[in-house]
Amino acid sequence: MPLRLLRFALSRRHPEPRMFTERDKLGKTYDVVIIGGGGHGLAAAYYLAKNHGITNVCVLEKNYLGGGNTGRNTTIVRSNYLTPEGVAFYDRSLKLFEDLSQDFDLNLFYSTRGHFTLAHTDSAMRTMRWRAEVNKHLGIESEVVGRDFIKRMVPEMDLECSGHSPIQGALYHKPGAVARHDAVAWGYGRGADMRGVEIFQKTEVTGIDVENGKVKGVGTSRGYISTRKVLCAVAGSTPRITKMVGIRTPIVIQPLQACVTEPIKPWLDTIIVSGSLHVYVSQSDRGELVMGASVDPYEIHSTRSTLDFTEGLCAHMLDMFPFLSNTKVNRQWAGMADMTPDFAPIMGKTPIEGFYIDAGWGTWGFKATPVSGETMSHTVANDVDHELIHTFRLSRFKELDLTGEKGAASVGH
Amino acid sequence: MKLLTCPINGTRPLQEFTWGGEYRVMPDPDQVSDEEWADYVFNRNGAPGIKKEWWHHTASGIWFIAERDTERDVVLRTYLYSGKDE
Ligand SMILES: Cc1cc2nc3c(=O)[nH]c(=O)nc-3n(C[C@H](O)[C@H](O)[C@H](O)COP(=O)(O)OP(=O)(O)OC[C@H]3O[C@@H](n4cnc5c(N)ncnc54)[C@H](O)[C@@H]3O)c2cc1C
Repeated sequence: MPLRLLRFALSRRHPEPRMFTERDKLGKTYDVVIIGGGGHGLAAAYYLAKNHGITNVCVLEKNYLGGGNTGRNTTIVRSNYLTPEGVAFYDRSLKLFEDLSQDFDLNLFYSTRGHFTLAHTDSAMRTMRWRAEVNKHLGIESEVVGRDFIKRMVPEMDLECSGHSPIQGALYHKPGAVARHDAVAWGYGRGADMRGVEIFQKTEVTGIDVENGKVKGVGTSRGYISTRKVLCAVAGSTPRITKMVGIRTPIVIQPLQACVTEPIKPWLDTIIVSGSLHVYVSQSDRGELVMGASVDPYEIHSTRSTLDFTEGLCAHMLDMFPFLSNTKVNRQWAGMADMTPDFAPIMGKTPIEGFYIDAGWGTWGFKATPVSGETMSHTVANDVDHELIHTFRLSRFKELDLTGEKGAASVGH
Repeated sequence: MKLLTCPINGTRPLQEFTWGGEYRVMPDPDQVSDEEWADYVFNRNGAPGIKKEWWHHTASGIWFIAERDTERDVVLRTYLYSGKDE
């Protein structure tokens, strides 16, 4: 780093080139158009170029890069899911994440912390044992731990939770991590840009041209593009885009809120999640406690936030950590979570030829950014669903073949 | 939205209510194909708009209809279900 700083000081070019090229002219035709410049769209662009040599690609972002759920999430990365398909998929993502800083030559502040999912009831303990067994069977570091272990690792926690709902044990997942979300989007964006992908911010997709069941082009706020392949990676805006092509999905948009406290002295070096108390928390490098809860209980298409949320969240935080009673909440915000009935994503081909979907990421999709980019780029390049995403196909609903991830995905992220 | 008006109990804090999802007409299960039935069971109109929804006043058990703008989160009106599919 110091060397880079020195080189920058002596360089004639100030400022350094931006993370990616700002272009002003949209091309007339592209091999692939990606809607959505969040982590998922940018990762797909990156792997299309890197793994498949497809570079005549544009990414269209109606706002600014990473300004959607990517830049609003609490960045928990883990792979201790419940179904074998889910575990295999998220574990691939974790492996990709571990090498990503090297791959990008950009510090993602990927920080392996260890992840506790607390169990306050017998039935929660049962689910934890079930998850631990599935995880271990598939080679994931995951185990059920008792109160002594939790006490040792997180001495600040009141295991009695003020007497309301004493903690019985936890599922402990050593590889659980957090990362810098913006950097993930920028890293993929820069990597794609360097390989020839064109990125356009402030460019909204307003329509999709479909003829005889095949994609022909895309209408945007900056003009028309002809293309035969469109990847829709817009998270909370998915129903607006699928409506343009007449595809029905089970996705319902519900806001997910989060907040951070003022920076305080580092004391929490693990990630704590409690499904029963609807809280998850980690401490950022700056010392802020990054906290979230479950989705708001009804459909809203905006990113408003509420006092209800902070009140409820803080009450539960104080059950676990009474000493925080004088700590102030500094900022709060929301993202639009694209929820599915089985808490699994919707990925791959659709009934429209050339229209690919990467959605249904709800409250759990940040950790999947690398693997979804990798598998979706494969799917788009070869026009065949990647084997890791077969379980997540849109047609699973009509085939009554849903996944069973709810136990591991709902509040846990 | 912080308050909601129940047609029976009047205007109450939102915490007293539960959302029941968009109002939809159930097809006759004996008359539709499996695919149409699955479409009814799982698929939703997830796009924003002014929607007719079921809401439940939890304390008194009253189900009613609200017309709500899902982008602005503003309720336009609430009324009791007439009993006839519209
Ligand atoms: C508060 C919160 C906490 C979360 N915590 C976690 C967590 O701890 N761990 C985890 O794994 N996941 C978490 N998630 C979920 C995760 O953030 C998302 O699933 C993930 O970031 C989705 O990435 P994306 O690239 O698909 O979508 P986004 O980042 O939302 O990107 C979609 C982009 O599409 C753009 N767009 C929309 N419509 C158009 C259009 N018509 N034309 C052009 N562009 C358009 C949007 O502007 C947006 O930038 C959380 C989410 C929230 C809201």
